[in-house]
Amino acid sequence: MELNYSAEDIEFRDEVRAFLAESLQSSLADKVALGLSLSKTEYEDWHARLQARGWLAPNWPKQFGGGEWEAVKRHIFDEECALANAPRIVPFGLAMLGPVLHKFGSTAQQNYWLPRILNGDDWWCQGYSEPGAGSDLVALNTKAVRDADHYIVNGQKTWTTLGQHANMIFCLVRTDSEAKAQEGISFLLIDMNTPGVEVRPIVLIDGSVEVNEIWFSDVRVPIENLVGEENKGWTYAKYLLTHERTNIAGVGFARAGLAAVKRFASKEYSGGKPLIENPLFAARLAEIEIDLMAMATTNLRILSNASGTQAPSVESSMLKVKGTIIRQAINDLMRRAAGPNAVPFASEELEHSQLQVGPIRAGRVSMQYFNNRKLSIYGGSNEIQRQIIAKDALGGGR
Amino acid sequence: MNFELSDEQRMLQDTLRRMLDDSGDSAWSQLAEQGIFAALFSEDNGGLGGSGFDLSIVFEELGRAGTTDPIIESVLVCGRLIASLAADSHSELLGRIVAGDVQLAFAHSETTSRYELNRVETHADHHCLNGVKSVVVNANAAHLFLVSARIAGDVADSSGIALYLVPVNTPGITVVNYELTGGGQAADITFDNVQLTQNDCLSTDALIAIDSATAAAIVALCAQTLGAMETTVSMTCEYMRTRQQFGRPLATFQALAHRLADMLIEVEQARSAVILAAGHLDADAHSRDLHASAAKNLLGRIGKLIAEESIQMHGGIGMTDEYRLGHFAKRIIMADHRYGDVDFHLERFIALSKT
Repeated sequence: MELNYSAEDIEFRDEVRAFLAESLQSSLADKVALGLSLSKTEYEDWHARLQARGWLAPNWPKQFGGGEWEAVKRHIFDEECALANAPRIVPFGLAMLGPVLHKFGSTAQQNYWLPRILNGDDWWCQGYSEPGAGSDLVALNTKAVRDADHYIVNGQKTWTTLGQHANMIFCLVRTDSEAKAQEGISFLLIDMNTPGVEVRPIVLIDGSVEVNEIWFSDVRVPIENLVGEENKGWTYAKYLLTHERTNIAGVGFARAGLAAVKRFASKEYSGGKPLIENPLFAARLAEIEIDLMAMATTNLRILSNASGTQAPSVESSMLKVKGTIIRQAINDLMRRAAGPNAVPFASEELEHSQLQVGPIRAGRVSMQYFNNRKLSIYGGSNEIQRQIIAKDALGGGR
Repeated sequence: MNFELSDEQRMLQDTLRRMLDDSGDSAWSQLAEQGIFAALFSEDNGGLGGSGFDLSIVFEELGRAGTTDPIIESVLVCGRLIASLAADSHSELLGRIVAGDVQLAFAHSETTSRYELNRVETHADHHCLNGVKSVVVNANAAHLFLVSARIAGDVADSSGIALYLVPVNTPGITVVNYELTGGGQAADITFDNVQLTQNDCLSTDALIAIDSATAAAIVALCAQTLGAMETTVSMTCEYMRTRQQFGRPLATFQALAHRLADMLIEVEQARSAVILAAGHLDADAHSRDLHASAAKNLLGRIGKLIAEESIQMHGGIGMTDEYRLGHFAKRIIMADHRYGDVDFHLERFIALSKT
């Protein structure tokens, strides 16, 4: 047993810290810390800075321009970025489609699409969920019918994160309605500028617009945009889902959130004393911190054993459940800390107006609380994760 | 023992439920026209009821319907403060409040007061008012502000808090409005050398009246939150019966059904806590506050469960602005941030239990 990072790990961590201190503008970090939406340009600029440093695609194989980092190194990087309130790396091209193309894409697809992802030429989004296919993804119903050298796509995707910025979408579509559910699905790359594609924003309860509906009516997609074999898309989708979960514990986000609660509660007063000295509040804070300390170690234990970049399924399900519970508890504690000042609706407009009254005192803590209810819903709901964990231990059906 | 509503109370409930069925977010004018606000005041004060149960019936229905009108702040709290401090000199104003013809805002809380009713920094010297009030609900629509100000003692002393009735257009007042999470509006109000007179002063020692009005507000807010939870849980039941995943309704998944069962159990716990608080609203201050704190603590805990679980059972759709559920969830959670949260009332319950 060795509970500490190696000298090499620490050297790398310091390197990441130095990079962040130099490259991350404090105004941008402040926006991230407040949970404000970033513009497309802000994401793209951040990607470009990472790419210039060679850190945009740490998980990719070297032959495709990646770093082939080990899991622990990746974890250090993710954690430092989160603690510094760096913009997240938009995962759709880099963490999701990239690995699928590495493994299942044709040489032509790899040569064309992968460099464009690294250069920021394309903004990808994910066309998985549908109104009738959420947790039960395999029930998806968007159809692609072959017509000579094209597929004709009809249907609707939903919960498409940042789809409003995207020019490309990777989609799961049904190419064989007769086959068993999993067997008639294909993986298609669709240009969002094709006639018949429509993006409709969905406003969430915190007032943010980060997810969208994507409608397809008679959209013509060239057959060279099929990834792998027709009707084998479910295999690729499952492969992708394991990649979606590699940073699922969100330890860095939780640490950053907990630090923010402590800062806030030191300045907020209750009964004439700093809130952080209130025994009830201090107890709640301490319990979450204890949970997080253990979860961070669980995360490292699992990462140390992981081979390559693919997270093992059951363990990543455990990390997803525990990680999201902890992050939601931190959001909950933060809104409580803000007291009556959490009630004003801190719209983004208000936040940008630099108004020095009312809402600005507590910022967007309520909005972040409500927004992060999504953590236990998306990426395979926590109910689905629990089913995976239980099934692994108990075997057999539900 | 009898937990049945009286015939009159049942009639009030039925009337409200029918009226609010198609009222949308705002029901103020309908409620005023139908004379519903009279149920919130005793006959002595120009009303027709005013008991804790009258309050709980009215506000439970408002909560069920999802009304966002500031009736607790404008009618109930300001009305009761005026009734208890200046009923004789302000009987006409009280009549207009009961009729719903005039709107008020209670400018009491401050940036640093959190949930403590006694912590007042705004001060009045020779009736000249200086200070800042924060998150003043209904300031945008109010004709009159009811403003607390310290005229003696230290910042957290119980005595020395005066109450002034101030027209909103009095020189020296600056109002910055904003939206509230879950609906409604509030404002930060700055009083900069606002010169008032003896006539504007309703009381020179108002904390006992503020405590009492706040107890009524807690009963009302708890009942309103109970109503919102009823709607939320019934929407969740309906969704679980109809939403199909894996070829069958969500209702058939035991892991989900058992969680729904826990929600149903907790809503009944909340209902009992509201009944207890309502039944003790006119008891002595100690008993009144003990039961109000118990209810507010429990409703805060149960509200979190109901809001979070309802969203979770719905999945993504529960998080959209377009769907009603999320708005109810926001009101339920935000109720924990008004008139003292779970921890504030837990501490107060502990303190009151010792004496």
